[in-house]
Order: sequence, then structure tokens, then C-alpha cells
Amino acid sequence: MLHPPVLEIHSHIAFVYSRKTRGHLEYKLYVCSVIIDLYMAEACQQFPSVVDRYFTRWYKTDVKGQLYEDYCILQHSNRICVITLAECHPVLQSGKNISSISYQISANCSRLQNKVSGKSKRGAQFLTEFAPLCRITCCDGDEYTIYSCIRGRLLEVNENILHNPELLKEKPSTEGYIAVVLPKFEESKTVTEGLLSQTQYEEVLLKRTSIPDSKVDL
Amino acid sequence: MFVPYILPPVHVTRTVRSVCPARAGVAGLCAAHTCVRAEHCPSTWVLLVDIAGPCISSSSWEFVRKSHEMLLIEEKYKSIAKLLLSSGTCPRCVLRFCCVGSSAPYRLPYKNLADELQKFLSNDGDIAPPSKKVRLGDSEECRSETEITRDTDVNEAPQTCNLCLGILQHLCSTEFVKQIFHKVQSAGYEFQDFVFSVSLPPQLLVREHSAWLQAQEEMRRQDRLLEKADIIQLKEAYKWIIHPMISEELGVQAVSKSLFEVGVVFCHQDTDEDCHFLVTVCKDCFKPTKNKQSVFTRMAVVKALDKITDDDFVTHFPWPPSTPKTTCQVIDIQCNHASVFVAGRYNKYSRTLPQTPWVIDGERKMESSVEELITEQLMTVFQADSFNFSSSGREDVDVRTLGRGRPFAIELVNPHRVRVTEQVMKDLQQKINGTDKIKVRDLQIVTREALAHMKEGEEEKTKCYSALIWTEKTIRKEDVEFLNDIKELKILQKTPLRVLHRRPLASRPRIIHTMKSEYMDEHHFRLYLKTQAGTYIKEFAHGDFGRTVPNIGSMMKTTADILELDVESVDVDWPPALED
Repeated sequence: MLHPPVLEIHSHIAFVYSRKTRGHLEYKLYVCSVIIDLYMAEACQQFPSVVDRYFTRWYKTDVKGQLYEDYCILQHSNRICVITLAECHPVLQSGKNISSISYQISANCSRLQNKVSGKSKRGAQFLTEFAPLCRITCCDGDEYTIYSCIRGRLLEVNENILHNPELLKEKPSTEGYIAVVLPKFEESKTVTEGLLSQTQYEEVLLKRTSIPDSKVDL
Repeated sequence: MFVPYILPPVHVTRTVRSVCPARAGVAGLCAAHTCVRAEHCPSTWVLLVDIAGPCISSSSWEFVRKSHEMLLIEEKYKSIAKLLLSSGTCPRCVLRFCCVGSSAPYRLPYKNLADELQKFLSNDGDIAPPSKKVRLGDSEECRSETEITRDTDVNEAPQTCNLCLGILQHLCSTEFVKQIFHKVQSAGYEFQDFVFSVSLPPQLLVREHSAWLQAQEEMRRQDRLLEKADIIQLKEAYKWIIHPMISEELGVQAVSKSLFEVGVVFCHQDTDEDCHFLVTVCKDCFKPTKNKQSVFTRMAVVKALDKITDDDFVTHFPWPPSTPKTTCQVIDIQCNHASVFVAGRYNKYSRTLPQTPWVIDGERKMESSVEELITEQLMTVFQADSFNFSSSGREDVDVRTLGRGRPFAIELVNPHRVRVTEQVMKDLQQKINGTDKIKVRDLQIVTREALAHMKEGEEEKTKCYSALIWTEKTIRKEDVEFLNDIKELKILQKTPLRVLHRRPLASRPRIIHTMKSEYMDEHHFRLYLKTQAGTYIKEFAHGDFGRTVPNIGSMMKTTADILELDVESVDVDWPPALED
């Protein structure tokens, strides 16, 4: 027995297929599969995953006005935030291949030079909401800048994805994370204001695949 | 055969019960000359001279006599004595500035001392040594010294001294000692001796400095020196006087080191402003800090007095210091007993019981804790003010601790009860074990030094765990067998995200000594591990976003997670095991 929204998605897929169109269609299909994955995963696992046990998922869509560039911010109960790409981010679409990732965000600023020391994490680069974290270049020439989305101290960036960009695609919400950010203590509750909750985000996704939208686009 | 000389009563300490304190410093006296207490009158000391032994020389006798009857002021200090006495200083402070380093003169009753001092200042002649005949004490001399002290100190009420602000005058009265006694008594401590501490207002240092400058001036006129260190400190003189009195009252000795401390805190508001001019002269000595009530701490004042020039000082604080209208006030009489340490090992059988109270933003997350279950009982028995719980590492709330348990130690701060027998400890352990959430063994009192063994183990020793692992992919029995063959596996752990907010970020090498797997079903197996202390097991299982490498998931080429964790053993041989 499938969850009602999943049934709905199925009908969307059927609809989209029937139009036999290209372009955004592929993306919409991908989004649909993501939503199905989400529900399937929930249904299959009897216990919550590491991310679900300790973190709250927050989403930001169309970051910097770039269509479909969605982020998922995992906030730990201890206020630490892990910046990840949401499954719907264009970089993660099937068919896209990452050619390189760079934490060098300007001529004289590299996120790799970030060094923190002590319990109070002295020396951390401070990030504003729109501070760039890294640039991802894809094989097709497309380039994406990834932003922090969260105000706070940069604790670390994920150097593993430099050597192994596939991690980003395989496990975007765990081993393929972009960076770890520690919001200020007094801002720990407010940094996620303006971000979408899991359910709100799912609604956004459903809208993206909705019929009127498709009609306009196609 | 001994020939007794009876010494006047008031000159003899009552704390030292067998040997007269004066004897130690008396040249020419040997073991053959013994001071004992007269049986009929406990405050009278008798010098027994063995006539068969070496003969006591008249100069030795003179010394003995002087040390008991005279003030022991050296002639050269006479001018200082005159100067101070005329400016409103009490006789005992005069003794201090005349560098009298023997306690006996300070213990003279106030009136007698004042008279003696007058005599000393007016009389230059020598007193003939006593004849070697037996001198019998007359009954009048048997009046207790405290009685005399009270008579003079209270009834005649001399002017408050401008140097000690009355501490050597009024605050060594029998009344005050009684007040201390009642305070100690009502606090209800167990102790066998005590150390007496005094906290004096800082302005005394300023007044002391002022007097020293004057006294130094006097000595210079005689081409002599007077170091500040030569002067007997107020604190020392005060203790010489009050120690025997409190000891007598409490029935135990005042010693220089004891687990039990009785402290008195004095203040004198009228003269608090004495220190204030120092700020204008020496600003950087008085920087306000968070925890200090006033910038005028003794340390700061000492530092400033060390820096200030004599001229500056005299301009700002002219001699003589004002004579205060009131005496120092006692603002507190504190009692404190050194901490008692209790150690043991605990088992934790619950997955919903944290080790220490779990409070976030003042809100309690979980009911109770290991710490509370143990200390609640201890606090009742030892009647301590507070406690500090420490242990050889710690476990998460959802982790059980099995086997012989985890070593822990509790510091009981300011305990009122300290004589706790092994039997009481046994009963205590049984009481703690009245719950099914935890179990305690080897509960015992230990020394502070022994705690080091426990912390040692935290770094160096090994720990054994049992974990229930879930894998995303389906597994067969053969898929987990390779783990059994891995020995001394080196892993690199970045500080786990879950503790990163309160610990430094670092990449730490750890060793998994051995592993043993037990296949359960397509997605589960049990893993027994022996690891270096300080290894985060949960992160080794799920990888913590790839921040622990290698991890169970990466080694098995799947996503792995940990569902349950138990500590099987903490391999620290401390505290020593006890018989049941």
C-alpha cells in the first residue's frame, strides 16, 4: 500500500511520460524518483538513521535565485550545522558528472586554510548566510557555487570530496557533506529561521512536478 | 634529686602539657632540668633542677627567669617601644615591633604586660638573680591567666590600638574564644585537631607599614637596621595568644597542618579608607576582576606597599595612624573540613539513565543519573556541603556498563562526618544497590593522591565493548568473519560532531586491538571490540559522515549503524577489590 502522495507522484510520472517531452522533464522525473525514495526509505527502515536520530533537516530552495539549487542543512541538537546538497540539486542529477570541486573561493581566500583551535574554535573563518563555500564544476561545463546558508564559524570542510567527488552523488546527506558550521550560541535558534522544514520542502517538491507548472514549462 | 623552682603561673603556656615551651630556647638547660606542672595548681610550672646533674649557671637561670617574667625586649629597641607606646599602640604590638620572638610575653595578662612595659621603659637597672633556694608559689599566683586577662581587657577597656585595631587587645578575650567554641560546637564536625586561620583587613598592612617606617627611622639614628621581616607579624602574635585558649576550650590541639580548619574573618569599616590613597600612587596594582568584591586585597596592598616610595607614603599617610573608636569586627567564623574521597566501581543497567544530570537550558532531560543515585546516600552519611563526581571515562545515556563496572570517585566537600567505618561503607553500598538501574561494588574511602590511578586509566588502559550493528546491504555469515582476523587496527577519528561543540577539533589516532563478530541475521551482527581508551565506538560503527576512517561501514562496503552498545569492561585495576 503506497502512501497517498506517492500515488500522486506516480500519476505525475505517468502524465509527464505521456507528453514525451524533453528538457525540464528529465529533472521533474528525477524529483519524482527522489520523493519516492524518501517515502520508501521511511517505510523500510524500522529505526531512524544516524541523521534522523541526532539531526533536524532544514531546507533552502533556489538559493541565490538559482532555480532548483536546493540545500539541506542538518542541525545537530548541539547546534552544529552540517551543510549538504539536497537530493534535488542539479549537481546530483543523473547524467551530471562532477569534474572538480574547489574550496578556493577567491584569489586569496581558501576554505582549506581554515584552522580552528581549542574548545572555543579560535581562528575560524566567519561565514555569513551568503558566504561561498566552494565551487563545483561539472563535466558539461556548468559551474555551481555552494553557499553557507548559515551564519556561523566554519569548523571544517569536507576534504574527502576533493579526492572522491563521487561521494557527493552517492551519499549527499552524510559522507558527501560540504562543510560544518557552528552558529553563534545566541543565534543557534534563529539561524534556521527562513529555512523550510522537511514537510514544507516536500510540498515545494510536489509543486515543482505539478501539472500547471509543467504546462507552462513544456 | 630535683630542686623545684616555682615559676609564676601566668607565664606558662597551658597547651604544652609536658615540657615548658620556654625550655627549648634556654641556653644551658639540659634534660636534667625539666619544667613540670604543679599538681596543686595547673597553671603553675615548676622548674626542677637536678642538683646531682650539671649545675645551673646563674646566667642560665637569668635567661629562664627573663623568659618567663620579662618582656625579652632587647635594649636597642627601647626607643621604638617608647615611640609606639606614646602614639597609641598597644603593649603587644610594641612587643612585635621590638622583635620579641618568644610567645611567653605576649601571653602575659594585658595589665601585667602594660605594667612590665612601663617598668622596662622607666627602669634601666639590673634585677638580681634569685637565690638558689626553693621558692614556693603563693596562692595568689595561682589565679588563672584568663581570669586576669578578662579583668584587665574588659573592665579597664584601654584605647583601641592604632596598629592592630584591637585584635591583640579585645579579640583574644575568653568571651571571643567561647564564641568560637560555640560556633565550632554547633557546626557539628568530627575532628581530632585543627588549624586556626585568621583573615585580617588589608588596612592593617598600611598601618603596619607606617609604624615600620617610623621604627626604622629610630633604628637608623642608632646606626642600626630594622627589616620588615624582623617584626613579628600580627597574625603570628595573635596565634601565640589565642591558640592555647582555643585548644583548651575545644580540648584538641591547634596545629599547623590539619584536615579541620577554624577560620575567623575580621573587618574594620571605620578604617577601610586607609588603603584608598594607594590607588592614586600605584594604579596598576588594583585592577578590578570579576570575582573580587573589592580591589583592595591583601596581595594587591602588599604589592603596592612594596612599590611606593617612603616619601610618597608618609605624605599620604602621616604618622601616627589615627586611633580608632571601635575595635575590629568579627564578620565570620568559618569551619571547614578537608574533602573526603570515596571510590568504587559502578554498573549501569539502564539505557535511559545518564551518568551525570542531563540539563539543557535549565531544563532536565532525563530523570535521575548514576551520579545522583550514588551520591544521594553518601551525602547523608558524610553530611558534606557538596560533591564532585569523577570517573574513568563515561558512557552515553543509552549505553549500559556491565562486567566489573567503571571506576568512579566522589569528592565530598566539607564533610561533617568523617569517621566512617568499613561496616558503614558496606551498609551504604547495600543501600545504593537498592535500585535495579545501577549496582556499586568496592565502595571505599581513598586518598586524594590515589585518584591519579583512575585518571591514568582514562588515557592508557583498554576497554571492551559489545555492539549490535545494522548493515544496509544484506549480509551472510561469511561477510562478517573477516573482522575476526583484524588485529591492532589503526583508525583516525576526527572529534565526533556530537561533541564538537564543546571539544577541540582534532584528528586522533586510535587502535582497535581486536574484534569478534557474531552473525545474527541478514542485516544484523554483534561485534565485540577491545579498543584503546578514548575511542568513540559509535562513530567507528557508523563513520560519523566519513570522519572516522576506516569504519565498519567502509570496511564492509555498505552503510552501517549501531543499534545498541554495552561497555563490557573498563580495564583499570583501581580501586582495589574488596571482599563481599
